Amino acid sequence: MIQKEKALIFEISRPGRFACSLPECDVPQKDLSELIPGELLRDSPPDLPEVSEVDLVRHYTRLSQRNYGVDAGFYPLGSCTMKYNPKVNEDMACLSGFANVHPYQDEKAVQGCLELLWKTDRLLSEITGMERFTFQPAAGAHGEMTGLMIIKAWHESRGDHARTKIIIPDSAHGTNPASAAIAGFNVVEVKSDENGLVNLHELEKAIDGETAGLMLTNPNTLGLFEKHIPEIARMIHEAGGLLYYDGANMNAIMGVSRPGDMGFDVIHLNLHKTFSTPHGGGGPGAGPVGVVKELVPFLPAPTVEYDGQRYYADYTRPLSIGRVRSFHGNFTVVVKAYAYILTMGAKGLRQVSETAVLNANYVLAKLRDLYHLPYDRHCMHEVVFSAENQKKQGVSALDIAKRLLDYGFHPPTIYFPLIVKEALMIEPTETESKETLDSFIKAMEDISGEAKQDPELVKGAPYSTVVSRLDEAMAARKPKVRYMPMSE
Amino acid sequence: MKVLDGLYYSKEHEWVKITGNKAYVGITDYAQESLGEIVFVELPEIASQLNVGDVLGVVESVKAASDVYSPIAGTVIEVNEALDDDPALLNEDPYVNWIAVLEFADDSILDELMDASGYEAYCSKEE
Repeated sequence: MIQKEKALIFEISRPGRFACSLPECDVPQKDLSELIPGELLRDSPPDLPEVSEVDLVRHYTRLSQRNYGVDAGFYPLGSCTMKYNPKVNEDMACLSGFANVHPYQDEKAVQGCLELLWKTDRLLSEITGMERFTFQPAAGAHGEMTGLMIIKAWHESRGDHARTKIIIPDSAHGTNPASAAIAGFNVVEVKSDENGLVNLHELEKAIDGETAGLMLTNPNTLGLFEKHIPEIARMIHEAGGLLYYDGANMNAIMGVSRPGDMGFDVIHLNLHKTFSTPHGGGGPGAGPVGVVKELVPFLPAPTVEYDGQRYYADYTRPLSIGRVRSFHGNFTVVVKAYAYILTMGAKGLRQVSETAVLNANYVLAKLRDLYHLPYDRHCMHEVVFSAENQKKQGVSALDIAKRLLDYGFHPPTIYFPLIVKEALMIEPTETESKETLDSFIKAMEDISGEAKQDPELVKGAPYSTVVSRLDEAMAARKPKVRYMPMSE
Repeated sequence: MKVLDGLYYSKEHEWVKITGNKAYVGITDYAQESLGEIVFVELPEIASQLNVGDVLGVVESVKAASDVYSPIAGTVIEVNEALDDDPALLNEDPYVNWIAVLEFADDSILDELMDASGYEAYCSKEE
């Protein structure tokens, strides 16, 4: 019964009920209007909920139990790499030498923190084939913007002001064109070919003297490896552009191939994806940006340097694009990623990617007879199905996603990538056991059967959740973002 | 899927209706059906000059945000402000509820657009 309780904290409020008892005021009371100018004071007291301590605790405990995260169950949200976050990472981030420092402390007193940033930089550079990293960007899209600003600064430092265009394939994450626009570029879209890869012929047509660079995710959002990347890199470089690597799918290639070796010049990583730090509401994230040697002078200042004896922040970087965030970004996220890299080691990281790819291909092989596979071949770390078969019975990707909630699973990403109709994008990650994958596969098989026999059942899902199907269109068209008493 | 005679259709699923030197532009029934419930429409600025293929506006649904490309070159002289308050009008009747009106000088591009039967054939291939 408690699980079904939906009352808001305002609705369980009763006038005069409270959760604390304060002692009598022992200083002379003053009227508020004597202390604060009248025009700054409210006309009436705010409508705050009045509840007892036990009701308060129960209310928020109940809400906390409605969370669904990787600690609660399988979370195959494609392109998000919702892998398990090892708890030892949290222990490391809680060490007082990391948790209780202040960014304005003297460098002498935070040598350990600076050393960790320096060493994580070295490790990420080795993993990706880059020269140096900055840890300032707070998440992936922030990293994209930073990387694009570096690309712009590089062109301009060469007196080349004609580079106004960024080329982006139609399978890209939506953040890519958004970041390019924010960084002041025009976006040129390139269509994918029938194999789901960048169409080289279209790419050639898109490249000209205004091309500042190309943004590419490899493997791309279809979970397919862009095998023509050496050719693509040559084309872009010959035209005077740079290559930006969207690291969202880095979990597929660690220890196997390196963006630097593929020809990329700038890369962001999502530590909250590939490097096992909490993601989504459990964040914050971190989107460190790595660059090749030629672009190092443009990195945000300060960088962390090591002179063989001490670690220090280097602010004297005349070509730097400047700060993109305060201090060194979300520092404790970097601590967790460092702990993860050391835990896994070089062989372990390769095994991570191999297992992530294996798990995705296992799901692909098990579901390919029931769900349409628009690009029919081995995938990398994620597999994109289409609900086209089910759509014939009127059951959409959205319906399947909602029905999965009844089976106790977080749904996959749906309707992305945009080039696949009724897309269902499944990324199991390496941390899931065969048993977990099998129970997810069974649920998908059952739902496919339901779509045939009783489509209305799937279309009405979910049934077992606290609230049933939500009106997403109404939520977007007329959002209610705060509690309004009935009287208002 | 509804297709109206007398309109011109683009491969990006926009329609154009010509009245004198004015072109009414909207999205097709196929477009609104594949987008799903539309929750936001970004209209162009009045007096903006558009070339063929320029972004005329943005249509956002619960699934995705899609650019609307101008199928014809011209100057925007009117926008359908009713879509600001009620974007669902595009789902209800995408042919009555145009997005913008362009004044054009050159209509030679119309030869490259499809007529109703051509567009119907094009969509069935897309399926």
